[in-house]
Amino acid sequence: MTSEAGDGTARAIDLAGVGKAFSGLAALAGVHLSLPWRSRTAIIGPSGGGKTTLLQVIAGLLEPDTGLVWVAGATTARQRLAHCALMPQRDLLLPWRTALDNAAIAVENRGVGRAEARRRTHPLFERFGLAGFERARPAELSGGMRQRVSFLRTLMADKDVLLLDEPFGALDSITRAQLQGWLREAMDAVPRTVVLVTHDVEEALLLCQRVAVLSQRPGHVITVLAGAGGLQGSRREIVTSPEFVSLKEQALAVIGS
Amino acid sequence: MRRPVSTPPGKSAAGDGAERRTEPLLRASGTTPPVGRCGVPGSGDQPAEAREAPQGRPPAREADAASAARLRSAVRHYGPPALLTLAALGLWELVVRLAHIPEYLLPAPSQIAADLAADWAVLGPALLVTLREVLIGFAIAAAAGVGLAVLLHLSPMARRAVYPLLIGSQTVPIIVLAPILVIMLGYGIAPKLVIVALICFFPIVVNGIDGLRSVDPELIRMMRTLDASRWAILRRVEFPAALPTIFSGLRIAATFAAIGAVFGEWSGSSQGLGYVMLAATPNLLTSRIFAAIVLLTAVALALFGVVSLLERIFVPWAPRRSAHD
Repeated sequence: MTSEAGDGTARAIDLAGVGKAFSGLAALAGVHLSLPWRSRTAIIGPSGGGKTTLLQVIAGLLEPDTGLVWVAGATTARQRLAHCALMPQRDLLLPWRTALDNAAIAVENRGVGRAEARRRTHPLFERFGLAGFERARPAELSGGMRQRVSFLRTLMADKDVLLLDEPFGALDSITRAQLQGWLREAMDAVPRTVVLVTHDVEEALLLCQRVAVLSQRPGHVITVLAGAGGLQGSRREIVTSPEFVSLKEQALAVIGS
Repeated sequence: MRRPVSTPPGKSAAGDGAERRTEPLLRASGTTPPVGRCGVPGSGDQPAEAREAPQGRPPAREADAASAARLRSAVRHYGPPALLTLAALGLWELVVRLAHIPEYLLPAPSQIAADLAADWAVLGPALLVTLREVLIGFAIAAAAGVGLAVLLHLSPMARRAVYPLLIGSQTVPIIVLAPILVIMLGYGIAPKLVIVALICFFPIVVNGIDGLRSVDPELIRMMRTLDASRWAILRRVEFPAALPTIFSGLRIAATFAAIGAVFGEWSGSSQGLGYVMLAATPNLLTSRIFAAIVLLTAVALALFGVVSLLERIFVPWAPRRSAHD
């Protein structure tokens, strides 16, 4: 689906000394981060630490005040926008579209007709456990299903880089755990370069191979830890494994200090 | 850095295949499989969600109960205003009869109803003329109003330039403009259409602009990361999101349209309900004037009803106002 890792560029995402302030208040200051193709990176940090701002800068929705951002070699906001798809914190499904049409909107945005966009989206729609809900309106879906439609919509944009902004933040803990397991599967099935913002250490470790820890505002990267995204097995097996527990202890030690 | 996963990427990671794949893993580690607890799509979290998912499609055997409920809610909805209207009409009738108020001052409702029937030869054609003015004028206002709202929304420069003029134009009373328009456009239907359109135009434009502007900026950001052009954002997000607000404007305008037509007819015409009222005044045919008012009200209410019906058809996702409000 996507261009094979790289277009010649070594890194999917590179941030060098990125700073961003809003009306004089610094949200990010001196962020350095370098992410290889097809890697999965979590960004964790305190609330108000500029995590969402960082995603929007990468996505090309915001330009940094200082520093440079490369996404697949592109530096301008417009070019970055062409390489990134952002999954917002709220599902933001359009109430006037059915579940399938919501998932297919990025395909329609590329100028494909509605019927053809539906046809192209449908295989993944079924694979993501949404079969039978094609014509349901978002209001008829549960929170977990809405989030899955939202992820599929982001995926259907067919971008190299997926930016997920606390995708499960608004869900109850049981649905959240289910969807974490589900997202691991989905990301294995359709591998992309993924940046996941979360405030949940366990979620970060579980879903990603690396975890960048952001400081208090103004945010910068304190350290990059190893995650458990490469471990095999079900969510429950991983979470209770000694490897995971020790990774979690390391992470909590860094965050707590 | 990434270690290989249990299946090569590209092979199905969901559905039955995935389910079969996870089970051996669970058993190998010695844990009891909690039957798809861990969110493999199509297994664990599916049924729980499916149960709460689709709503609002009652099976056929519940249709009778549903229609009875609809009747009850209709009574609750229309009962109070109907009763109040009947009570007011009854009181009016009573006062006129008991106080022996002469007909040319205040005719009783029964007298108005009788005249409505008796004068139908005059009132019927007049109703058609006015109805035509109202409908065409309203349609012009709706098209121009929504069109201008979209245009001003797309161009902030144009909005800054035009918006103050738009508000300024509303400070000129239509009733003053009406005779000028008659001088300019003659005694035909044209000045009436312009007046109806002018009076309807403003609430449509203002609501249109407000609706288009008040779209959640996060939705627009989301669309931008999904390759949406300006046109795609307008068509797929802003316009549908603004529709409920646009329809509020249309409903307000619908109630103004009949007033506009009467202003137009008063300023110079030889037909229509407004003309019938003017002609009846020197003859003290008060009851006929009231009959014309009844018909004008009916026109306004009918247009309001049609707009509300169109809103139900075109904005089916909007939360329905319940029968209680």
